[in-house]
Amino acid sequence: MKTYYNPDDLKKFGDIADFDKPLADQFFRWYGDVFSEGALTAREKSLIALAVAHAVQCPYCIEAYTEDTLAKGCSEEQMMEAVHVAAAIRGGSSLVHATQMMNKAKALTM
Amino acid sequence: MKSLLAQHHELSDSGRQLQLLDNVVYASGITSFRQKLDTLGFYPLKSTAVEILQVNIGKMCNQTCRHCHVDAGPDRREIMTRETMEQCLQVLQTSAIPIVDITGGAPEMNPHFRWFVEQCSSLGVKVMNRCNLTIILANKNYHDLPEFFARHKVELVSSLPFYNADRTDRQRGEGVFDTSVKAIQMLNAVGYGKEESGLILNLVYNPGGAFLSTGQQVLESQFKKVLHDQYAVVFNNLFTITNMPISRFLDYLVSSGNYESYMEKLQAAFNPATINGLMCRNTISVGWDGHLYDCDFNQMLDLKIGSNHAHHISHFNMTDLKHREIIISQHCYGCTAGAGSSCGGEVVK
Repeated sequence: MKTYYNPDDLKKFGDIADFDKPLADQFFRWYGDVFSEGALTAREKSLIALAVAHAVQCPYCIEAYTEDTLAKGCSEEQMMEAVHVAAAIRGGSSLVHATQMMNKAKALTM
Repeated sequence: MKSLLAQHHELSDSGRQLQLLDNVVYASGITSFRQKLDTLGFYPLKSTAVEILQVNIGKMCNQTCRHCHVDAGPDRREIMTRETMEQCLQVLQTSAIPIVDITGGAPEMNPHFRWFVEQCSSLGVKVMNRCNLTIILANKNYHDLPEFFARHKVELVSSLPFYNADRTDRQRGEGVFDTSVKAIQMLNAVGYGKEESGLILNLVYNPGGAFLSTGQQVLESQFKKVLHDQYAVVFNNLFTITNMPISRFLDYLVSSGNYESYMEKLQAAFNPATINGLMCRNTISVGWDGHLYDCDFNQMLDLKIGSNHAHHISHFNMTDLKHREIIISQHCYGCTAGAGSSCGGEVVK
């Protein structure tokens, strides 16, 4: 079955340099720096990335950071909690807009 | 769970395993390990010394772990005789090898185990034992093992695949985590894992599936924190190792559809900086029947040391062995991936 997402394409991520090497090089250097140990540990950053991957619904990122968090010794419980954080923010970000709806509804109704 | 051998599984045949390892090179475009070394100028890979005599005293074990490269288990009967142990002792006595590393199966199930440890200890060599922890509680005959180990200052290296029960038990069997923690408590009670005692308990982490490990130091702090906070147990160091694509782990890789991608991962993570520290370069591995190998993995694949050398401990010749050519195959990618993997954990610190 053909799909827009091909798991094998994840391995080709580096190939984006084929069309614009200078920008790709800058991106990958920056990406590497972002995920290195800093004020946050690489493990914490990996869990954040896993959560964000779910929020932006990127199947490549979900695959990559599921493996990365496992490799960094995270438990399934910790991984799922990270995904719930993403889900809560996504859900909350919809719900918080309800205040706008409520403001408008209140303004329009007696 | 039965061993592959008891199941008459095709992967209980080392020839079939090697065939599968070679096939992945032809089928998936993975560079052969030999070619990889050759390209970088490391072929032929040679030993630098013989500083560790690793002695596998049997395949008998009280556990049947899903990733076991030995295919050990309660149904295995191969164990080293006292005569072969005496030949090992003769080598230790005459060759000035400083370390003996006893492994299995569960080495403690060999009836000559304690005698062998006592003899090694009396020779003044450092004795390491790969204890699976649960054997200490397997029956009352083993309950005094902590005191025995402490008396002979045996350094213990013990597998504990994860800091929670779920992932540990999935890999090593129901109840293994809880029993392992109880065993560590017994070892701690006699001083193991406590800095001031000089009694070393190192734990070994290996990934619970088809992924590689990163960051030995980070994992060690996680293990130490969780095990101390939740179970009040301590240990010295955590060694992270890579699951080797042989035997039961190879069976898991093939049956779960992860085999080719795992080999690709290993190859992609190949790190030339690991070559100088590979364990095969300063170790001789002795099989239960006295045959000699470059490492425990080669032993399980029946890849005996190079053909110019005597293959049995009874014909051990240090001059002949210390600069021998090491036998390699595709599984060697397992020891050279990332920070490297050895019986002592990461190779590149």
